[in-house]
Amino acid sequence: MAALTHPLCVRIDKKIFPAVGGRKQNLVLEGIAFDVEPGSFVVITGPSGCGKSTMLNIIAGLDEDYEGTINFGVDAAPRVAFVFQTPRLLPWRTVYENIALVLPEGDPRLANIPELLERVGLTSAAAAYPEMISLGMQRRVALARAFVLEPQFLLMDEPFVSLDDPTAQALRELLVKLWSSRPTTVLFVTHDRAESVMLATRILRLSDGSASIAQDVAVPLSVADRTDRAKVLAEQHRIFGDG
Amino acid sequence: MLQAVKAPAKQRFKLGRIGWSLVSLLALVALWEVAALIAQSRYLPGPWTVVEVMIREAKAGELWTNIAATLIRVAFSFVIAMFIGAAIGLALGRFQGADRFFDSWLIFFLNLPALVIIVLCYIWFGLTEVAAITAVAVNKIPNVAVTMREGARNLSRDLEEMAHVYRFGWWKTLRHVTVPQLAPFFAAAARSGLALVWKIVLVVEAFGRSEGVGYQLNIAFQLFDVPMILAYALAFIVVVQIIEMAILQPLMARANKWRR
Repeated sequence: MAALTHPLCVRIDKKIFPAVGGRKQNLVLEGIAFDVEPGSFVVITGPSGCGKSTMLNIIAGLDEDYEGTINFGVDAAPRVAFVFQTPRLLPWRTVYENIALVLPEGDPRLANIPELLERVGLTSAAAAYPEMISLGMQRRVALARAFVLEPQFLLMDEPFVSLDDPTAQALRELLVKLWSSRPTTVLFVTHDRAESVMLATRILRLSDGSASIAQDVAVPLSVADRTDRAKVLAEQHRIFGDG
Repeated sequence: MLQAVKAPAKQRFKLGRIGWSLVSLLALVALWEVAALIAQSRYLPGPWTVVEVMIREAKAGELWTNIAATLIRVAFSFVIAMFIGAAIGLALGRFQGADRFFDSWLIFFLNLPALVIIVLCYIWFGLTEVAAITAVAVNKIPNVAVTMREGARNLSRDLEEMAHVYRFGWWKTLRHVTVPQLAPFFAAAARSGLALVWKIVLVVEAFGRSEGVGYQLNIAFQLFDVPMILAYALAFIVVVQIIEMAILQPLMARANKWRR
């Protein structure tokens, strides 16, 4: 499919969680407005509970109870893939089936699955059921499922949380490689600052109190720079004032 | 190494279990034999007398025609009850308003005695096959509905969202996301359903049918023919056990192979 030419326009005027039980109603997001250029890698960061995941759910169309508009800038329905905080695999389908199911039957992209499994190191687990493999492996299946779709928009909600460091790092490098090899727009939620600098071309920082965007900065690193620990640290220091 | 040690242990346990049920069944038969010897009554025949009656009835063909008639009724009312009960249960589990409204109806039907349903069906629809099967199905539907409602309430929101984002469409979602989640509830309803349905079918037959195991038991009751009663009861227990082991258990095993 052709690369996108129009930006994704996100306008969330107001998102409220209604009062439930003894809890008061909660204003989660207010006055959120930003455009995402095609092919950019936008990391949304901020303290936990600031509405990052809620925002991603709204963009994905999973939460329609908000004031505002999401415009993908494409005529037809965009191809969206979502890597959730938990793998969300079908436990009664094998690793291979979980990946193949997101494609229509007979789709030519089915032929890419073996290579993709190889890249995430799951070739020998193709016939296993998700409950029989480790959480780290399940997360890699969830990644492969998102990648096989060759999505125009890739939404990721802390996909590498609770993984050991080398695994997470390897997966981040894989993600950068896949993103740079294909025109994909990525929205990536994390609270890990080093991770955000390593991946992002642009960082949106949500503030805790006002439920809005506190900071919007570009990250001018090349693909090669992103695997360079020192450069990532320097950039992190520049943006967050720490490191 | 660990595998090699574990496997025989498991095997020994399995053999032990079959061995135990054999021993306990034999003990039951022995107890029966002793009781019959002490009682020396035509109302408590020994095991061998019962088996002789069973063989005689089987040779005459009576046993088979009656069991077949009963099994057909069991099959029809079972399928109807599972289908309608599942539909009602899923609707109640999905739509809270409907659940709130119909919950008391469900409790009413759950507590309506089987006998009342049977008698009313025969009075309203006459002594017909339709009335018989309706009566059995109506008895079973509330149970299926309650179990399936529980299943529908437990459907994973996470997986539903995943299917939505990846545009599974309704058929793919039903087949790969919804049905596998409901399968254990359906299996539970089916197993308890089979046990309930065949018992109620016998009552329905005793009341208003002119063939079937229930009808035969009713005749035997009027003649105080205890060997006949026990012969039919035993034959039917064997048939139901075969259905359970040959059809239901393999199906369950297949549906559960993904579990750890």
